Amino acid sequence: MILFLLASGLTLIFGALRVLNFAHGSFYMISAYLSYAVVSTLGESSVASFWVALVVAPIAIGILGGLVELAFFRRIYARELEYQLLLTYGLVLIFSDVVRFIWGEDYRSVSRPAILGGRALIAGKPVPVYIIFLIVVAGLIGAGLWLLLYRTKLGRTIRAVVYDRHMVAALGINVPRMYSLVFALGCWLAGLAGGLMAPMGSITLGMDVEIIVECFVVVVVGGMGSILGALLGALLIGEIYAFGILIVPRFALAALFFVMTVVLIVRPWGLLGKPEKERA
Amino acid sequence: MARLVGLGALVAVLIALPAIVPAFYVQLTTEILVMAVFSVATNLLFGYAGMISFGQAAYYGIGAYTLALLVMTVGVPFAVGFVAAPLVAALFAAIVGFFCVRLTIIYFAMLTLGFAQLLYSIVFQWVSVTGGDDGLHGVPIPDAFHQATTYYYFTLATTIVSLGVMWRIVQSPFGYALRAIRDNRERAEFNGVNLRHYQLIAFTIAGFFCGLAGALFVPVNKAVFPNLLFWSKSAEPLFAILLGGIRQFLGPAVGAAIFILLEQFTSKFWYLLGLKSVYWPIVMGSVIVILIFTLPRGLAGLLARVRLAR
Repeated sequence: MILFLLASGLTLIFGALRVLNFAHGSFYMISAYLSYAVVSTLGESSVASFWVALVVAPIAIGILGGLVELAFFRRIYARELEYQLLLTYGLVLIFSDVVRFIWGEDYRSVSRPAILGGRALIAGKPVPVYIIFLIVVAGLIGAGLWLLLYRTKLGRTIRAVVYDRHMVAALGINVPRMYSLVFALGCWLAGLAGGLMAPMGSITLGMDVEIIVECFVVVVVGGMGSILGALLGALLIGEIYAFGILIVPRFALAALFFVMTVVLIVRPWGLLGKPEKERA
Repeated sequence: MARLVGLGALVAVLIALPAIVPAFYVQLTTEILVMAVFSVATNLLFGYAGMISFGQAAYYGIGAYTLALLVMTVGVPFAVGFVAAPLVAALFAAIVGFFCVRLTIIYFAMLTLGFAQLLYSIVFQWVSVTGGDDGLHGVPIPDAFHQATTYYYFTLATTIVSLGVMWRIVQSPFGYALRAIRDNRERAEFNGVNLRHYQLIAFTIAGFFCGLAGALFVPVNKAVFPNLLFWSKSAEPLFAILLGGIRQFLGPAVGAAIFILLEQFTSKFWYLLGLKSVYWPIVMGSVIVILIFTLPRGLAGLLARVRLAR
């Protein structure tokens, strides 16, 4: 489900801006560290700290993303694809070192709030409440995204920008501002994923690239630019990964790649994507 | 003509180098040469074929690991391992490339990174064979190579030969077909260039030379470790390419030299600042970002612009 949040942000940015953001995982990592920072400042014992972190960190990441878009991405939409990719790659390097500089190389962790700490019985099996919470949140976000994109004026505009940016600009809509907005929204999703991930495991350096690779697999399998595809891909990949760990613990990642290559050979544009127009 | 003279002078200086400078710089130059092969090979893809690979470290690492494993575990002579290393790397590149070249630029970049991370995680976790995180230490190398100067000459000779071969490749009809693909895929295809076929060959060749560079690196440290395959290693040749100039054959080699020197300088600099860790990726990332906005054609592009202005 965390993968779904991340992948939907990535795919949203890609769909609208035609930029593949390698730094997406970095935003996710920074958000996890930020929530750690918020929680440790407010005190582990305080009930509210987790919730404050969950609200503050994604918003901060959204703002950061918007600023990055304004400062860097806006200047290179017209340039070759290679340079756009390299730029996001450079940002990954910078962000990973900034995080190392601020928080050091130790593992960090955030404890789950008491209310979500226990287990619930579902069909006779104990399931951690936090997992249920995650599924509910991701479901809400997914529904919210769908509503935003398909049932509001803003969403219609975003979809129009995806379809034909020049036409939209000719109709008097501020396309660059839409870009910043979409980018910030995508980053907010990454930030949310980071904040939700924080209590799940340890927060480490290197989680940025680890997650971005999985995210790519999800997006490739699901189809670039399709939110529903991101959901399907995330479910598929999550299941395969979980079973892979049960059967061949060391090479679970290889199983993912196997699935991805099969999808790519059969449907190079992903399960729910559309065939890509060459450099439109 | 002037170029040929300049090149000859450069080679002469490189040959005379061990007589002039202390051993430390000889070792440093060895590293530069290795890096130069790595970068120029990556630029075959990036600069000539317009294929941006974020996973070239995989083939570099495979070259290094092949050599180390063959010599240490199987026990073949060093020379056999050294010849096998680039071939195995090329084989892996051919397999990965088979999947990657079916895709457009963006997917290609993603997939090369993905496969590289996959190989990295295998090397990292398969402790019984690869030594996992610790890597493999004490790779036996020929006695003569223990001497920095001898190994320097060996590396220099290998570098000159590989750059020569790569130069022949990019000047061949095949090389021009790659440029055609880079500049206009559709038109190249209309002219009868089999895109996938050519790109796969290019990817395999690049894998071969990246593997060669990896094998060359082994005697420098007498050890291999998983970081040789890590994604930040893949960033290094891209950095050298951007810095040196994407459209010049030797641009990445110049970039490689600056890269190694900068790395040395930076670690000293952080040390002087009193910081315990070395923050190197941030320097690399920042330079990449600055270069993209100011000098997209690298130093070679800058030189060309200065020449034009005159």
